[in-house]
Amino acid sequence: MDRRFPFKVLEHIFSFVDSNEDRNSVSLVCKSWFETERRTRKRVFVGNCYAVSPLKVARRFPKMRSLTLKGKPHFADYNLVPDGWGGYAWPWIEAMAARRPFLEEIRLKRMVVTDECLEKIAASFRDFKTLVLTSCEGFSTDGIAAIASTCRKLRDLELRECIVDDLGGDWLSYFPETSTSLVSLDFSCLDSEVKLSDLERLLSRSPNLKSLKLNRSVTLDVLESLLRRAPQLVELGTGSFSDELDPEEIAKLTKALSELKQLKSLSGLWDLLPEYIPLLYSLCPRLTSLNLSYATVQMPDLIDLLSRCSKLQKLWVMDLIEDKGLKTVALCCKELRELRVFPSGADLDETDVTLTEQGLVSVSEGCPKLESVLYFCVQFTNAALVSIAKNRPNFRCFRLCVMEPFAPDYRTQQPLDEGFKAIVERCKDLRRLSVSGLLTDKAFEYIGVHAKKLRMLSIAFAGDSDLMLHHLLSGCQSLKKLEIRDCPFGDTALLENAAKLETMRSLWMSSCFVSFGACKQLSQKMPRLNVEVIDEHPPKTRPDSSPVERIYIYRTVAGPRLDTPEFVWTIHKSPEVGVSRLSIR
Amino acid sequence: MENVGVCDEFVNLKATELRLGLPGTEDGGEEERQKVSCCKSNKRAFPETEKDIESTGKTETASPPKAQIVGWPPVRSYRKNNIQTKKNESEGQGMYVKVSMDGAPYLRKIDLTVYKQYPELMKLLENMFKFSVGKYCEREGYKDSEFVPTYEDKDGDWMLVGDVPWEMFVSSCKRLRIMKGSEAKGLGCGV
Repeated sequence: MDRRFPFKVLEHIFSFVDSNEDRNSVSLVCKSWFETERRTRKRVFVGNCYAVSPLKVARRFPKMRSLTLKGKPHFADYNLVPDGWGGYAWPWIEAMAARRPFLEEIRLKRMVVTDECLEKIAASFRDFKTLVLTSCEGFSTDGIAAIASTCRKLRDLELRECIVDDLGGDWLSYFPETSTSLVSLDFSCLDSEVKLSDLERLLSRSPNLKSLKLNRSVTLDVLESLLRRAPQLVELGTGSFSDELDPEEIAKLTKALSELKQLKSLSGLWDLLPEYIPLLYSLCPRLTSLNLSYATVQMPDLIDLLSRCSKLQKLWVMDLIEDKGLKTVALCCKELRELRVFPSGADLDETDVTLTEQGLVSVSEGCPKLESVLYFCVQFTNAALVSIAKNRPNFRCFRLCVMEPFAPDYRTQQPLDEGFKAIVERCKDLRRLSVSGLLTDKAFEYIGVHAKKLRMLSIAFAGDSDLMLHHLLSGCQSLKKLEIRDCPFGDTALLENAAKLETMRSLWMSSCFVSFGACKQLSQKMPRLNVEVIDEHPPKTRPDSSPVERIYIYRTVAGPRLDTPEFVWTIHKSPEVGVSRLSIR
Repeated sequence: MENVGVCDEFVNLKATELRLGLPGTEDGGEEERQKVSCCKSNKRAFPETEKDIESTGKTETASPPKAQIVGWPPVRSYRKNNIQTKKNESEGQGMYVKVSMDGAPYLRKIDLTVYKQYPELMKLLENMFKFSVGKYCEREGYKDSEFVPTYEDKDGDWMLVGDVPWEMFVSSCKRLRIMKGSEAKGLGCGV
């Protein structure tokens, strides 16, 4: 077969295969397909930076132009992974710099990136175009300056929700006067002020700039001047939206906003004052994406804004929108695909807004294309979940956070088992699910049986026994990522379903009843799993029955990692060695 | 087992005090404490246990019913740090307390200093939560009411609204809870 298809022909055919999942399948067919595929793959995605060594990846894909990496487990977002756990970008940057100098794009999520890394990127990749860092940390604005000043062809520089050592706004002035290639710039997570004149000049010479996300220190009075220089913007993240403007300034800003004829996405809007909402009206009819999750606007001021957004596909808001506001969304935003409602209060029970399950029910009734939801709410009911499932069987992502742990259906006092059963039974395309509220093992039996396409599942404060985990690991054919906290089980289900873990990317369990002995057994049973015990307060002696604080299990072909901090133990494979902490940096 | 709405000569006896606590929690090890479990009757002592594990085996005593749980609700710290709601500005003046009602899905906040006496407060609560409470009588509390207003005082004890003089109430009330009448009478927990 392969003699009839010379390399060139196969290569041409594979150039039409975009998705990496398909490419992974293609590479399993036979050796020559493997070879052809690897020589033609341009976009490389590694979902767990410890699953494979950087060297192997660099060698395998000689034509690599784009690299995407993810580091820390998802629960790191909620402070459940102690600082210093790992996820260092450096070994990857070093390996690519040495072997793949034509790399153009690097996208990192939840990784530790140092200024050294950024300087290395700037120095090593001549055609570097795209840097997107999401939820990363470890670098300062000096590193950003290095990228800005050295990467001549830089197109995208996006810092999304990173923790940056902000040494001042000078970094912006490091873009050379000759740089005109910028397409997207996102510095919304930085604190310090950038010089207005630097920003104005940068915008004036960047005709291709489509996406601009300012930080909070860019005040409202300068916004007009910036927008005038970038009327071609498709995405805008404003700075603070709360300064006092005089009528003339308001008029000018209104006009500048109305000139953004291509604008489809609006975000930022920190401290948005209700009296400034009308300024946005001219943008509403064209908006497909609106992020109000930092705008502390309450009802009914939001109604006038939302009712004008008939093309809206993505809406992020705070619970200040209340059931009333969501009803407006249900009536007016018929194109809505994604909704996220975040809590506005700092504490569990700080909600004094009227956001209940009814809000989500309305939206599920009124918005036929809704497929992705993240909803924080104090309590919920089975009836609501059943309605939602009936209304919207097309959910792909359903994340419900009932903020009161163990909260039952507040009308019937029953667990929410039946409600989530309806969700997984009806939503056959469900890829991602987060459950909450009072749940028994039954709920997980339903999930295990029905959620055939589910790839990621997040669980907190649920279940009764090991059966829960057993249902999930013996069902859920497509499960790739499972993260669990504060649930009452561990050993038996884990050991019985050990083989399943190699078909998954990772399993995280914290504050559960997993014993040290079970960790050892699991690791010895499964050669290609790294079993990491993460214990900030380890006991002096570790009998097999002692519980571990957190366990992170992931499949890997790279063996135990060498960069573990003192509170992480990778369980060794051979029983005599027991626990090893190889710490070679 | 004593009921909540007994004659006032018993009201201040330790044995009849209403306490809100998670099943399994003790308060300094005192016996004969009446425990009223929250409406989430299936609630287990789980958060307590897990808090022990997370705080290196330190045992908690008399902790407030809702303790801070690490990483909960699951909101990114970046987002948490960036949201400055204006709610705290109003707490400069006035005495804001949270009010919850069993079966209602949300909490409210009210300023106690706005009211002069119990009847005004009761009227507001009845309007806010759409319920009606019978007359308070010292002997039997809110006899036969579907809902009973209770409050948590500075010591963490749950009392019937109306048990103490108004000024004492305002100065000691930390939060209000409108309990189902059936639960207020005894231990109404199931499972």
